[in-house]
Amino acid sequence: MSGFRLPQCGRIDRSRPVSFSFDGTVYQGYAGDTLASALLANGVMLLGRSFKYHRPRGVLGAGSEEPNALVSVTRGPGRFTPNLRATGVEIYGGLTASSQNRWPSLKTDLGAINDRLGMFLPAGFYNKTFMWPRSFWERLYEPAIRRMAGLGEAPTEIDPDHYGATYAHCDLLIVGAGPAGIDAALEASATSKRVILIDEQDEPGGGALADPALWPWLEESLKDLAAAPNITVLSRTTAFGYYHDNFIGAVERLTDHLPHPAAGLREKLWRIRAGEVILAQGAIERPLVFAGNDVPGVMLASAARTFLHRYGVAVGKRVALMAAHDSGWLDIFALARAGVAVAGIIDVRESVAAPLLTEAEQLGLTIHLGHSVIDVHGRLAVKGVTIARNNGAAAARLACDALLMAGGWTPSVHLWSHSKGSLAWRDELGAYVPDRANEQTRCVGACSGKWNFGSGLVLDALPTPRDPARIKAFVDFQNDVTARDIRLAVREGFKSIEHIKRYTTTGMATDQGKTSNLNGLQIASTALGLPVVDIGLTTFRPPYTPQTFGALAGHAKDALFQPTRKTTIDGWAEENGAVFELVAQWRRARYFPKAGEDMHAAVNRECRAVRASVGIFDASTLGKIEVVGPDAAEFLNRMYTNPWKALEPGRCRYGLLLKEDGFITDDGVSARLAPDRFHLTTTTGGAARVLNMMEDYLQTEWPDLNVWLTSTTEQWAVIALQGPLARKLLEPLVSGIDLSEQAFPHMAIREGTICGVPTRLFRVSFTGELGFEINVPAAYGRALWERLMADGAAYDITPYGTETMHVLRAEKGFIIVGQDTDGTVTPYDAGLDWAVGKKKPDFVGKRSLARPDIAAAGRKQLVGLLTDDPADVLEEGAQIVADPAQAIPMTMLGHVTSSYWSETLGRSIAFALVAGGQGRLGETLHIPMPDKVVTAKVSGMVFYDPAGARLNV
Amino acid sequence: MLLIHCPYCDEQRAELEFAYAGEAHIARPDDPAAMSDEDWQYYLFVRANPRGRHHERWRHTHGCGRFFNAVRDTLSDKFEVTYKAGEPRR
Ligand SMILES: [Zn+2]
Repeated sequence: MSGFRLPQCGRIDRSRPVSFSFDGTVYQGYAGDTLASALLANGVMLLGRSFKYHRPRGVLGAGSEEPNALVSVTRGPGRFTPNLRATGVEIYGGLTASSQNRWPSLKTDLGAINDRLGMFLPAGFYNKTFMWPRSFWERLYEPAIRRMAGLGEAPTEIDPDHYGATYAHCDLLIVGAGPAGIDAALEASATSKRVILIDEQDEPGGGALADPALWPWLEESLKDLAAAPNITVLSRTTAFGYYHDNFIGAVERLTDHLPHPAAGLREKLWRIRAGEVILAQGAIERPLVFAGNDVPGVMLASAARTFLHRYGVAVGKRVALMAAHDSGWLDIFALARAGVAVAGIIDVRESVAAPLLTEAEQLGLTIHLGHSVIDVHGRLAVKGVTIARNNGAAAARLACDALLMAGGWTPSVHLWSHSKGSLAWRDELGAYVPDRANEQTRCVGACSGKWNFGSGLVLDALPTPRDPARIKAFVDFQNDVTARDIRLAVREGFKSIEHIKRYTTTGMATDQGKTSNLNGLQIASTALGLPVVDIGLTTFRPPYTPQTFGALAGHAKDALFQPTRKTTIDGWAEENGAVFELVAQWRRARYFPKAGEDMHAAVNRECRAVRASVGIFDASTLGKIEVVGPDAAEFLNRMYTNPWKALEPGRCRYGLLLKEDGFITDDGVSARLAPDRFHLTTTTGGAARVLNMMEDYLQTEWPDLNVWLTSTTEQWAVIALQGPLARKLLEPLVSGIDLSEQAFPHMAIREGTICGVPTRLFRVSFTGELGFEINVPAAYGRALWERLMADGAAYDITPYGTETMHVLRAEKGFIIVGQDTDGTVTPYDAGLDWAVGKKKPDFVGKRSLARPDIAAAGRKQLVGLLTDDPADVLEEGAQIVADPAQAIPMTMLGHVTSSYWSETLGRSIAFALVAGGQGRLGETLHIPMPDKVVTAKVSGMVFYDPAGARLNV
Repeated sequence: MLLIHCPYCDEQRAELEFAYAGEAHIARPDDPAAMSDEDWQYYLFVRANPRGRHHERWRHTHGCGRFFNAVRDTLSDKFEVTYKAGEPRR
């Protein structure tokens, strides 16, 4: 180990050495180290390459504000995490980390040519240079830029880790366990409040961890908090977002700091609802803006103190300080007292408080007041700095291997801003501080702008005698934005910081400008000659620091992404080889292939069976609503387009439901069981929507109607028995119902029993054949299905799926709402004029059917399409034109909505929405496809048994 | 996630129990057939979309199922009051 680890200081556990690797080299650190502190202890200053210029970069900060030292950590296959801040990665035995954005190696990176070309890569360079032509973007510019500019690689394998989630409720949530947060928690420990104290670091303490004088207090306080039954302390937990009504999202990291494989959840998402929130997030030190301020070894003064006291690491062997603020003096005094050589204190101010001067003299430190660093020497590490009298010529060159920057402090108002709390500008701080709260919340400690670090001078950039257009003085380290870029943006006419930000990308990196936003504002303010408050402030948005997708997704992935609804007959379908499809959230059998059959063959066989003998179909997913009450018929009469009041008990009716705008939203066959009771059915996907819509009208428009609506979708199993032999199969199993054509005609309902089970038996048909839909209590669904299959063997009973159902209904011209309609189709467009009760004074959507646009000619209307070549099956969604030879872009008349091979007819059939379609019967239209143009004739929509003879048998 | 007071349950519950249901106090006209195209168009499509106090409807979908009215400030996202359907505009 090299000599950067100091013999005594630090909170690391020197009895527990830890081996880890970085870019393939094995190093030693101690338990309690971060990757950054352990590498610095080993004399490794170079940790990464910058985003755009590929400049060598080291560690700038010591916490979550770190913009430079981004690394990737791999924990085995699929467990690769890019863009982690080295200052937040705790080391453990076997940690494998690597640097990013460099090739072939961190020390020799060919991409660094960008740095030499820097003059040619100003703000907006990409926008200006690669504008044209568009195709070059996709093929040339973007791939090249992506190779050269970027952060870590995205992982390519599926994440094998597990993530948890929990809700928590508390009276008081405190974010940040520094001295201010701990004080607030101690105060609350005496109350009966339920308190949660969360902190992003591996141990609570915040700034106190870098101040040994506070360690005894810290230890006592944490003991008291641990003993308080009402206080929960969560470490390694980042509050990443502050949402409405004191709802805070936080992620707790559970295993990333442990040697892998570690058992249990990797991370846990906390959704916390708090009565009151105290934000104690502290403040972040600002870098100073000068040439070379990004050379590895140039870092925040406070970070150097943290590395010293918390990790026992000297960030250099001969350290200089560039200060505009008193706090940096205190930091360099701490280093000096720990035995680190000091190359000098440079302060841009002409005078500083006398006690600082006295202490510096006592420590024997050289002081350069009214001076600034104008250049940093060294490329992969600091070798020295040149300083100059402010705005004067170069005065001296100081040899050093680290340079500390003390540019003042920025309160961490991120979560405060998420909560929509307002901010006030404080000139003397050069920063925004919390002003008026929008939630039950307040800020304490440094994030409220209160601190005891002394005072400083607020400035945009250090004075320099050099040509500001020829130096790289970085503002946003992560996105490689320099002061020159911001000034250029202003010269090019950008006036609002929102625009300057987007043009230069300052503050748009993964750190959201934690160290750069205020410097960027000051530079823009000077360039514009306007006060900072006049150029706006960009908005902080969640997350405070990047979070994993895994934590946000939790268990909501794969099979648990959304629930799969299954009917009580689903198990039979699965055991009998059904191929399934998802409809809304239902898993439905699509077809039942026999050995050697593809979908086409299976569907053809199923279709033939329904037309020739009998088919059986699980229709349980149909939405069902029980409508009950003395005003039930009146209510349905107002909701549906057709008349309902005269419907006799025991009869069914096709109902068409519009929205108030006149467009079809749902349909279904419904039955009147009694004067005050209806059994409604809806489309499979529309059940919840229809119930919501009906409840809306019932509760808010017609509360005088005495009607109750109950969803019964999952109460009934529904088996459709369709085909000429359906009655023969059913008859012996049913009691209490006369199934004869005379006693039980098409579109009727009867109640009785089947196999001893109560049933609501519908005589309805979605296939055009004699058909029944047998409703039984859901639990009996599978038993009845199996009985029908057993008894039906004698009639060649054939189970069929949704694909066959679709073909059969299309042969009969029945539409599927949502497939053949799209929310812009009226009953007239769909050819359903017969379903509109024109004598009814009113129903939902009626007035809209008289709107000029709805009555206008040329609307898209549903029609049938028969291809000239009967073997051509059109593609659903294909566009239709009148003249395929016209110039591109062609005038499109509409599109194909449904298209199938009809086994019954021995040819293809299709529906299409076509402009003025009903006036085009017999017309030939064209469907251009990638390989050919298909021609088809417009036809009616009923392709099979138009007289309905097969129904009434 | 907002906290919403359901005036029927008289409980403050999380937003995920509720569904938004558009602007409030837009009653369906008694006799739509008597309305001009323009008036009907206003009823169907034109909404106030104010900056500030907004009267809106919510449904306690995963609770009591009732529709109710609310006044919410669209700037602060704060609810001023919620009240039952049918009660006068606040
Ligand atoms: Zn409720």
